[in-house]
Amino acid sequence: MSTETPARSADALRKDDDTSAPAKGAGAVGAVASWVDERTGTAKGFRYLMRKVFPDHWSFMLGEIAMYSLVILLLTGTFLTFWFVPSAGHTVYDGSYEPLKGIAMSEAYASTVDISFDVRGGLIIRQIHHWAALLFIVAIMLHMFRVFFTGAFRKPREINWIIGLTLLMLALVEGFAGYSLPDDLLSGTGLRAAEGFMLSIPVLGSYISYMVFGGGFPGEAIIPRLFTVHVLLLPAIIVGLFTAHIILVMVHKHTQYPGPGRTEKNVVGFPMMPVYIAKAGGFFFIVFGITALIAGLVTINPIWAYGPYEPTQVTAGSQPDWYMGFADGALRLLPGFLEFDLLGRTWSFNIFLGAIALIPVLFTIAGAYPFLEAWITGDKREHHILDRPRNAPTRTALGMAAISFYAVLFFAAGNDIMAIKLHLSINDITNILRLSAVILPPLVFWVTKRICLSLQRRDRDLVLHGRETGRIVRTADGRFFEAHEPLDAHTRWRLVAFESNRPLELPEGSDSNGVRRMGAAKQRLRTRLSGFWFNDRIEAVTPAELAAAHHRGEYEALEAAAVEDSHPQEFGGHLHGGAEEIGTSHAYGHLEEEKSDR
Amino acid sequence: MSEHDNLPERSSGSSPVDLSKGHVEGTGGLPARFENPGLPAHVHRHGDDDDAAARRSERQVAGLFVLSMLATVGFAVAYFAIDKNSTVTLPLVGVTNALHVALGVTLGLSLLGIGLGAVHWAKTLMSDEEIVEERHVLRSDDGARQGAIDVLTEGGESAQIRRRPLIVYTLGGALGLFAVPLGLQLVGSLGPLPKNDLSTTLWSTRIGQRDGKGGRKRKLMRDPEGTAIRLTDVTLGSVFHVLPEGINETEHPLNEKVKASVILVRLEESKIRSQRQRDWGIDGVVAYSKICTHVGCPVGLYEQQTHHLLCPCHQSTFDMTDDCKVIFGPAKRPLPQLKISVDTEGYLVADQGFAEPVGPSFWERG
Repeated sequence: MSTETPARSADALRKDDDTSAPAKGAGAVGAVASWVDERTGTAKGFRYLMRKVFPDHWSFMLGEIAMYSLVILLLTGTFLTFWFVPSAGHTVYDGSYEPLKGIAMSEAYASTVDISFDVRGGLIIRQIHHWAALLFIVAIMLHMFRVFFTGAFRKPREINWIIGLTLLMLALVEGFAGYSLPDDLLSGTGLRAAEGFMLSIPVLGSYISYMVFGGGFPGEAIIPRLFTVHVLLLPAIIVGLFTAHIILVMVHKHTQYPGPGRTEKNVVGFPMMPVYIAKAGGFFFIVFGITALIAGLVTINPIWAYGPYEPTQVTAGSQPDWYMGFADGALRLLPGFLEFDLLGRTWSFNIFLGAIALIPVLFTIAGAYPFLEAWITGDKREHHILDRPRNAPTRTALGMAAISFYAVLFFAAGNDIMAIKLHLSINDITNILRLSAVILPPLVFWVTKRICLSLQRRDRDLVLHGRETGRIVRTADGRFFEAHEPLDAHTRWRLVAFESNRPLELPEGSDSNGVRRMGAAKQRLRTRLSGFWFNDRIEAVTPAELAAAHHRGEYEALEAAAVEDSHPQEFGGHLHGGAEEIGTSHAYGHLEEEKSDR
Repeated sequence: MSEHDNLPERSSGSSPVDLSKGHVEGTGGLPARFENPGLPAHVHRHGDDDDAAARRSERQVAGLFVLSMLATVGFAVAYFAIDKNSTVTLPLVGVTNALHVALGVTLGLSLLGIGLGAVHWAKTLMSDEEIVEERHVLRSDDGARQGAIDVLTEGGESAQIRRRPLIVYTLGGALGLFAVPLGLQLVGSLGPLPKNDLSTTLWSTRIGQRDGKGGRKRKLMRDPEGTAIRLTDVTLGSVFHVLPEGINETEHPLNEKVKASVILVRLEESKIRSQRQRDWGIDGVVAYSKICTHVGCPVGLYEQQTHHLLCPCHQSTFDMTDDCKVIFGPAKRPLPQLKISVDTEGYLVADQGFAEPVGPSFWERG
């Protein structure tokens, strides 16, 4: 004890205590704010949050729709639990829906019919719930596409990409669980197929199935178990992950599209208070309102028309909700010969690949992509400016190829409907789709990549030569030119503000003494992948190129060279003019400029 | 608007740039890349300068909020006033429940009024001048990072982790094992072991059987009527959906139906291609499992002309004249046949259970 505190009286001890009263003023708002802040100290954080800037773009609303659908689902789902009876217990229907009177069914089904007919407004809640679930997954997927195609998954957002993927996967399972709860004929058939999927799992299949169903299918355990999973387990995980997702968005601050004034070091947009409170808050009501309108006007999942689940019955055109369509389609396409007996055991790859392996494999690939791309580019910087999809042609093409594969599987789930509606052979449709699943993705990859590169070239042309004005000018010596109007700096910036990754050069495989370098094979792979990604690329226009395009003398020389190269006889002269002809020094150019000034 | 402010001018002494050779870097005096021109000037909206326009926006926003209130009142009125069984005919939608539509539309309008009003307010009256917020690098500075690592290492040292490996290993073991009891309880108690449940059906047992002995063969009963079928009832081309006699007296009728459901048809004997198929039926009357060998849907669609059975779930197609082999679709195995005969009263009965497991494939079926 080297420093000694002088003894003080109790009053003296308290004299340093801060008992200052809150600042006066600001009326009622100030009073409430002071009251809360003195007890929580949140004023600083609140001020920060209210001033937080969000950039404006329609594609940023996709994630919002997903968020609001989740809120609608939680709200309407809670309502539904007040009337739904999660039991496979037997009962005989005695409600107001005549066609089902006296029919034996499960309590789950009977209570769902009651919600639809005998609970006032029950049907609207049920239909909002179902429509919101469909919308939820649509929105998640579109949001995911936006994130992928704009490269928003790059550092530092890789964790959020994976959280998002997990959320999508959980949403699929959650949707399927909810779809199965009413125990109608369609959902029972879906569960029956799900049991078939489980049985196809090598080694453990039948054990898993007997555990999940508490014995043989269907048993009586599955409805209450699914109920707990659907209303407690998965929602809790989804809400938890969603919260983490949003917190990370706040921490990272929102990405923004390239544009004048936007840099990697800022966010340009509108503040939370008041603009985004009104816009985003209002948007919640819009999403909810549209869902309610659709739910009121368009019937979804009319379980009363399907009847209760009866294992010996099935309806033609049995289909899952849309989001499970791709897995169902995969099942329809996988040929039977993938099942075989080996070592006295049955290997059902015709089922296992589509029903069990497909979803985890797709999600693993998607989850690995940000890390693969980062490894190939060697890019360790943070990225907050989004890529325009065309400026990442290989990524965009890969994404479109994946979507086309998904689309083939999705349409395959409707092969029977297509056969009926289009009067085609179901066998032909299935075979064509089988072929498409193999051929279409590479084709789409190639086409998309070419389109991206063409769009990039068009951007370059636009920057170099300006906009075509449609005004033809004849010079004194009889030559014709179309006047081009140069882009202003702000418009131009959007087109030139991107980096074009270059393919890696292959380093020497061995050092000067002829010894193979460690990790040479890995490096070779990386170089080859880098070549695949970046060999075809278009660079952004540089100031020097623009200057060259603008200067008549040089430009003419180039133009002549280009014409000679390609089609020497086609042009009698320089009919294809350019902005350089109506440059700053030109009389017509000035005219054009003055016009646009007004 | 001055469009040429940022236009790079050629500085003297730069070498010519040849655009025909593709991309080129900047030459003397010009920067390698364009500079970010900064935020464009704010363009005023109609309402920013024109007070009348702003007042009009105000009225529109208020109007939307009023619409919302009216719709809410409408919801309450509809909830009490409309009979829950009355219907209404709407264009495009058709005949539909009046209460349901009224509630949906009023609820939708009530919500949309608020949402559209708020967004319209934000777009027309709130400031639309863009604000710039600075970003900061996410990583902590080196000092803080080292501090975190130090806390970890110092904590470890003070707990003597390195010096006492015994504790570390036993703790690892205990933590690694602590989930086992919970997992065991869950896995062990969720359901019984399958045993041979997947391989047997009600057809393999006999009515009135005691300890595996005695009893008589189960009759084929119509589903859902539950009446027995005479051989003479099965006319050429007719189809019967069949369940075993006594299925409703079992402990779990649904579980039994899932496995024992059978489809019965009469074919022209000359069209049957397999001798065994003929032997296991009578006079062209054959019975097959109705459970698809793909994932277990009932194979419900029988095409009388082609003798094809089609599964409506994934379109596997089975040929009934060729031992129900798969002729198209994702299924691999043929539908198992049920051996039938006629009892003394002329009713169809099953001689024995299926010779192989019915329904979807599973690992142990081999």
